[in-house]
Amino acid sequence: MTYEVLGITVLWLFLYGYLIVASIDFGAGFFSYYSKRTNKNHLIDSIIQRYLSPVWEVTNVFLVFFFIGIVGFFPDTAFYYGSALLIPGSVAIILLAIRGSYYAFNTYGAEESSFYSFLYGATGLLIPASLTTVLTISEGGYISIADNGDVSLLYGELFTSGYSWGVVILAVVSVLFISAVFLTYYADRAKDKNALALLRKYALTWAAPSILMGIIVFVLLGERNPEHFSGMMDLWWMFAVSFAAFLGTVYFIWKQKRLGLAVILMMVQYFAAFFAYGASHLPYLLYPHLTIYDGFTNESMAIALVTAFIAGLLLLIPSLYLLMRLFLFDADYVEGRR
Amino acid sequence: MFFDQDPVLLSRILTYLTLGFHAIFATIGVGIPMMIAIAEWMGMKRNDPHYTLLARRWARGFVITVAIGVVTGTAIGLQLSLLWPNFMQAAGHTIGLPMFMETFAFFFEAIFLGIYLYTFDRFKSKMKHFLLVIPVVLGATASAFFITTVNAFMNMPQGFEMVNGVVTSVNPLEAMFNPATPTKVSHVIITCYLTAAFVLGAIAATKILSGNKSVYHKKALHMTMITGAVFAVATAVIGDFSGKYLHEYQPEKLAAAEWHFETESEAPLILGGIINDENEVSYALEIPYALSILAGFSPDTEVTGLNEFDPDLIPPLWVHYFFDSMVFIGMYLASVSMLFVFMNWKKNWNAFNKPLLMMVVAGGPLSILAIEAGWIFAEVGRQPWILNGIMQTSEAATSSDHVGLMLLLFAALYTVLGVTCVTVLRKMFKRNPVQKEMHKRGIENYEV
Repeated sequence: MTYEVLGITVLWLFLYGYLIVASIDFGAGFFSYYSKRTNKNHLIDSIIQRYLSPVWEVTNVFLVFFFIGIVGFFPDTAFYYGSALLIPGSVAIILLAIRGSYYAFNTYGAEESSFYSFLYGATGLLIPASLTTVLTISEGGYISIADNGDVSLLYGELFTSGYSWGVVILAVVSVLFISAVFLTYYADRAKDKNALALLRKYALTWAAPSILMGIIVFVLLGERNPEHFSGMMDLWWMFAVSFAAFLGTVYFIWKQKRLGLAVILMMVQYFAAFFAYGASHLPYLLYPHLTIYDGFTNESMAIALVTAFIAGLLLLIPSLYLLMRLFLFDADYVEGRR
Repeated sequence: MFFDQDPVLLSRILTYLTLGFHAIFATIGVGIPMMIAIAEWMGMKRNDPHYTLLARRWARGFVITVAIGVVTGTAIGLQLSLLWPNFMQAAGHTIGLPMFMETFAFFFEAIFLGIYLYTFDRFKSKMKHFLLVIPVVLGATASAFFITTVNAFMNMPQGFEMVNGVVTSVNPLEAMFNPATPTKVSHVIITCYLTAAFVLGAIAATKILSGNKSVYHKKALHMTMITGAVFAVATAVIGDFSGKYLHEYQPEKLAAAEWHFETESEAPLILGGIINDENEVSYALEIPYALSILAGFSPDTEVTGLNEFDPDLIPPLWVHYFFDSMVFIGMYLASVSMLFVFMNWKKNWNAFNKPLLMMVVAGGPLSILAIEAGWIFAEVGRQPWILNGIMQTSEAATSSDHVGLMLLLFAALYTVLGVTCVTVLRKMFKRNPVQKEMHKRGIENYEV
């Protein structure tokens, strides 16, 4: 494996990590707000708070890791994406800032505020929408490069394209599905029957839209970028694995048994689809301007980054394990007894 | 649009706004875990629940500030690429490593902060809980370390070669451990600790001034002032080394800070004063030989003056005001904390007298101002370069036309965050005053 492929694989792995943990968080914010509006908040609020409170900061790090890592491994991405994404990037930052800080204000502050929880719920759906701009423009055709090298984003093209809207909707419904599946499992662990019933309903509600949008976006991409699409067709079996895992998730949620396995299958579903999407996008980071080979950092930096990465993992994996053992797999904590 | 379009100027203002706001929370974010760890340690060693409660209450307020530190830190991390794409393209090749490691340190801190906060009553052994705060301190300090090496690199770029505008033969460790790194890193870390000590000390002093006689606040004040005195002395020593670093490697920055025009030995240090368009200084206090001594231990040291440099490539002279503010406040903090420690140590002297307490209270906001002034001096003192001697700031900025609009949005965001932060913190501690919490936890509260 070349350093380029290793680098992008590591980064993709972190983006996948962010996709899962952030979706749980974003969806939880929305469900928490929605259930407040429908006067069902007493059912799931404590479940959500108990899971999110110790981990919200960690979620954010996955994202920081990705965008700092990509500048380290592929410095040219800073130039292309940085120049093009000033507005969507800034909007995402502002939403993340509002969300993160108002979560803390609401949770650790003096009192619960319905305005704070509205901010938390609304931003949870807007952030995935703004972040997906990056994936959309990576397909090509959304940015222009002037003769003097200035890069700019074609907003008209972005806002009128069916593909970009398809990706936005896919992101939002996936967030709700991922989150509901995980929280169903967590409620089950907490032996909270009422929360379990409500969250299970949410999970089943969002299952069909999420898989349907996945298929629609798949087709739209075929029109947008035929080269990428044929690459995806070569990896058809990964999408088949993804679909089978989806069926498994829905089955176990429906039957209300083996919910831990349902979560794992949901993660497999997104892992397979996300990696098949990413692998078939290679070698392009930004079609057709930038590949992983022309945008790669020098060799000594690559070695240093990989070394730092391994050392970092040796530190992080035991710490994350400790975090999960204390807050995710500790029956007493999950059930709210301490 | 709203502004005269100059993406370079607007990008500079927006970056300052984000960093200036982030610096407040980042500084206390690095400093407070250290103070929490000390309090927790004292509580354990002396078996004194007051110190443990101190750690708990500080930690509770700390989370609120951490949240803003995290989100503004994320903002600056992304803004670097959005506003300075050309710089990040060049910098990614050379300092990707420390930036990457900073996120590891942050990750490590984030994990353990979550654990620390939610396990106050969970373990039987106090030692176990104390051990959990250590990674938080290490993570916070390590992220300050790594990110400051990036800034040091911008002041003293090395560890690579520029061939026809392309970065080659990179040595990441040489880039990271450049001559600016030791003084910059140590100065940043120690002033974070100093600021945290004074911010927390100011809170305790405010309580005592408002008539609260609880031993809790007196212990808090005593502890913060002792640590503050230690950190203040260390700050002064490191500040002196920083002067020597500047003399050797960035003489134009030192000369601009000191309005030093002619290259000469036995150079005087200029305190305060105003400079006019003809570069004449008035109302200043001159200390003979001091600049030479600051630059190289002896009055014979020849200090390079601004006249030696291309006038288009020197920093603006107003950095002097910020340099002086930083130094004055540093001296002030050192004197106040040492005076407190001395008076408290003397029998029959009352360290808790009103004027001294008021001076401690002033030290809280002043220490934050000193941080801001120091950063403005350090950053503007490097202008017009973004990578000193290699890339000018004007070559690095985005070409986008929308920076002005983003500036307005972010200004609004930081205003809202700042105001809510203060409101929430005030409410939090007002509703749950320490007497109430001591009563609830069965901790004896007596007045002294």
